[in-house]
Amino acid sequence: MSANEPILRLDSVSKHFGGLRVIESLTFAVRRGVRTALIGPNGAGKTTVFNLITGVFSVDAGRILLDGIDITDTPSRLRIGYGIARNFQNIRLMPHLSALENVMVGQHCRNRGVRGVLHPVNLVPRNRWREAARAALADAALIQYERSTVGNLPYGVQKRIELVRALMAQPRLLLLDEPAAGLNPAETETLQAQLEKVCIGGLTVLVVEHDMHFVGALCEDVIVLDFGRKIVEGSPEDIRHNPLVQEIYLGAPAAEPMERHSARSA
Amino acid sequence: MSGYLEGVLVLLAVNVVFAYGGFLPLAAGQLNLGLAGFAAIGAYVSAYLSNVFTLAPVIAIPLAGVAAGIVALIVAVPVLRTRGIYLALATFALGQIVQAIILNLEVVGGAAGYPVAAFIRLPAIAAAAAVVVTLVWLLFATRFGIAVTAVHDDERVADLMGIDVRAFQIAAFSLGSAITGIGGALYAHHFSFIEAQYFNISLSITIVLYVLLGGTQTVIGPLLGAAVFTLLPELLRASANWRYVAFAAALIVIMALRPEGLVTGAQLRRLFGITRAEPRAAAVAAGLPKERAG
Repeated sequence: MSANEPILRLDSVSKHFGGLRVIESLTFAVRRGVRTALIGPNGAGKTTVFNLITGVFSVDAGRILLDGIDITDTPSRLRIGYGIARNFQNIRLMPHLSALENVMVGQHCRNRGVRGVLHPVNLVPRNRWREAARAALADAALIQYERSTVGNLPYGVQKRIELVRALMAQPRLLLLDEPAAGLNPAETETLQAQLEKVCIGGLTVLVVEHDMHFVGALCEDVIVLDFGRKIVEGSPEDIRHNPLVQEIYLGAPAAEPMERHSARSA
Repeated sequence: MSGYLEGVLVLLAVNVVFAYGGFLPLAAGQLNLGLAGFAAIGAYVSAYLSNVFTLAPVIAIPLAGVAAGIVALIVAVPVLRTRGIYLALATFALGQIVQAIILNLEVVGGAAGYPVAAFIRLPAIAAAAAVVVTLVWLLFATRFGIAVTAVHDDERVADLMGIDVRAFQIAAFSLGSAITGIGGALYAHHFSFIEAQYFNISLSITIVLYVLLGGTQTVIGPLLGAAVFTLLPELLRASANWRYVAFAAALIVIMALRPEGLVTGAQLRRLFGITRAEPRAAAVAAGLPKERAG
């Protein structure tokens, strides 16, 4: 496998919900070790792309390749074992587990089988998996919350715990769905610092994000979606000045809206 | 020891075993109203093995647990396809089927009931209960405990984290049924006579209540729930006819004050963790809704 081969490739992927064509013949690649952003207006299908990559939904057409391996029909449960980990747009931590145990859920894919499952992680005080999870929390400056019930923690802290949980799977590809949404500027900064620390190791990240400052600071590649299709891709700088992107976000010049609308519904 | 006291303590030990049988499926988010059916399977299998093959209770009772577990494993696949209230109804029907089969099974006495020859006393039953409690506690100190809670909290995310949701649901259902079967077998060998009518829906509901009252999140919960449920009516015995009213009122008060059960995970973490003010205020300030859609 050459280093130039993309870590993730979507090949003419389509997904329809009833008559609604959410993703339409979408093709793109994520370069290894590169932080790529997936942007687009609300309803463009960004989260659906994540759900297709992680197997929450099956594709109607096309292929998804991870490191050249076709994972299109791989059950969702096994995909984290292939190295795809994600967070969720609306935080989905386990409310009845402590922060530390939530992070330990992320280790599950490295502990399959009866022996892994029956490993007494909470029995001996210095268990190696437990210590690894604590170290990861400490690394993210979250160790003071290890025994806390996650539901009581601030939103920004929960988002960062979710990131640590995803990283415990030791993924090759990290999918982040709006990691900065709902965070105040200070929280966004902390998250950004945590992400930059993570990316030093050369982790490939695909991120859905609205905050273009965040995207500009973190990502090297940007892919723009609209109505389930790829409109353009390029560097954050290119994208910012692209007239098509400006049109999508800010609306078409006064004379053209009807025309654009009819072109789309065709 | 007086006969009365021994009787109460035997019931307490049997109820503790039942409570852990109910705890496993509830910890995985399943409301199993067929528990009495599995208790009946355990009771009748153990009674039959000791009556017909003269197996000692120490062998017959574990085998009865295995039998209940195997039946659960067989029915788990179709039954666990249902969710929520439908799962409760499906397991309720399962319990009714077991009861109906026993009523028509002449080889174990049918509707007339079935005498059990081998007798066991309090120390053996208490020891069996201690073994069950210890094993469940050990099981929940492994990754199994974390994974089952994850399945209970969010099946979709648990699946994406690589947890085999179905396998854990089946394991929790079958292990819980096996333990309930052992509880039934212990009951049979102490009270020396079993009949299908005893293993009815009210037994299932009582077991579920032990767990809900004690708390489904910690391994301590079922122990406490079973103890309160068994001992409180005895303590209220002085008030004769009113004791059930007082008991029911006490239940409602407990449930109103502790909707997640007497013992919760957060509470234990507070008790045994480093004491520290949790930043609740900040969480409220963030005030963002959390979606828990499937």
